[in-house]
Amino acid sequence: MTAQLDINQLLDELETGLRRILEERNVTEPAVIGIRTGGVWLADVLSKRLGIDQAFGELDISFYRDDFSRIGLNPKVKPSSLPFDTEGRDIILIDDVIMSGRTIRAAMNEIFDYGRPASIILATLIDLGARELPIQPDVAGRVLSLDAHQRVKLRGPDPLRIELQETGQ
Amino acid sequence: MTAHDPSPHHLQLTRDGQLRHFLTLDGLDRDLLTDILDTADSFIEVGERTIKKVPLLRGRTVVNLFFESSTRTRSTFELAAKRLSADVLNLDISTSATSKGESLSDTLLNLEAMASDMFVVRHSQSGAPHFIAESVTPGVAIINAGDGRHAHPTQAMLDMLTIRQHKQRFDGLKVAIVGDVLHSRVARSQIRALNVLGAEEVRVIAPGTLLPKDVESLGCTVEYDMEKGMKDLDVVIMLRLQKERMEGALLPSEREFYRLYGLNREKLALAHPECIVMHPGPINRGVEIESAVADGPQSVILNQVTNGIAIRMAVMSMAMGGQVAERQQKAERAKA
Repeated sequence: MTAQLDINQLLDELETGLRRILEERNVTEPAVIGIRTGGVWLADVLSKRLGIDQAFGELDISFYRDDFSRIGLNPKVKPSSLPFDTEGRDIILIDDVIMSGRTIRAAMNEIFDYGRPASIILATLIDLGARELPIQPDVAGRVLSLDAHQRVKLRGPDPLRIELQETGQ
Repeated sequence: MTAHDPSPHHLQLTRDGQLRHFLTLDGLDRDLLTDILDTADSFIEVGERTIKKVPLLRGRTVVNLFFESSTRTRSTFELAAKRLSADVLNLDISTSATSKGESLSDTLLNLEAMASDMFVVRHSQSGAPHFIAESVTPGVAIINAGDGRHAHPTQAMLDMLTIRQHKQRFDGLKVAIVGDVLHSRVARSQIRALNVLGAEEVRVIAPGTLLPKDVESLGCTVEYDMEKGMKDLDVVIMLRLQKERMEGALLPSEREFYRLYGLNREKLALAHPECIVMHPGPINRGVEIESAVADGPQSVILNQVTNGIAIRMAVMSMAMGGQVAERQQKAERAKA
């Protein structure tokens, strides 16, 4: 069985939340970075919604994952691409789902290797809880708590949709 | 045997087809070679950052074990390991002619006692890295940095990366390898890689005295006349004339060789106008290549050096990854 969450509703939440934080922090020229793959689709959509003309960056965190010593290298790694200087910039970091927090840790380590940003705002479409590290999103489209047999997945890029799957276990 | 052959006897690959040593291109299929090139592409991007380092091999020790001297290969392996955050030990060991086998085993035992995670091996004897891979402690990865006349797989792969960057494909490409094929481990690995990746034609151009007897069986055509051989080429790879390995009367003279097989502007003009010129280095200007060609607009010789770092980072991280994944799987099976 596959259920769907309304993607537009979640994107509205993200957009509103991000506008509020940018205003609170007085950030006028943020640079957007999406984490592959889902985060990159969202970076595209949110850049347009927020009216950010600066091209967004794409991050592949394979070289920074903390499980290399258990599973080795992801064979399908693609080059990261940041078309702007991160030094001194206010960054909006976007991913589709946050759970353990390990992906975000890896992404922040990678971003710092390009230069020291002024700040990072973390936005995730879905927050599944189950954190293993002290990392929290500044904005989440929806907080969900899944049963052990449920999985959530962002599909895209066109159309962008969220699938809630029952694995039947 | 393919990369995904589950046979435990395949020395270079884990059960699920991941690289765990990198000794030769033999037995590695197109998918795996493409994975290496794709991974190297990502490392090229790392080399353009302010901080050119990723944490993949942090806390691991890489030993560059060079029984034969080399500047470029050793320094690019060293830089590659450092950019992967590994600790690097460089050992230049000249072999005594009489006791190579014995000294190799002893050296290995000592280095293993230092808890090394990877050996990068260059040796004048064909098969030395293979021998080490067979006898080394499980979990230690071996990378071949050139063995005798046998293979130089990282050089061949960095050449493939350079070709793909400039031509975006291998299908339909006509590639020539010119010069001293007889003494060249690079040529053997290149012919193999080009065939696996699907080049249309691999041509070797050389005098008969500088070709191995079985050269066509490697997967190439042979041309003795360079002017004929240059026709329609997309890529020309010049080999270094290995003066130090020339024994007996293989060549009349260097001048004669340059006249017949040296790449000058006139001969290059016979190839496709967008033909790229490659050379594994070090180049002998005026012996196998004219300076104006080596430094000319069609030369990609310095790109090859840059790509060498990225390819070595790819191979080292993939082999180390295969070793750790394999160790983890074994531990899990033991628990179950």
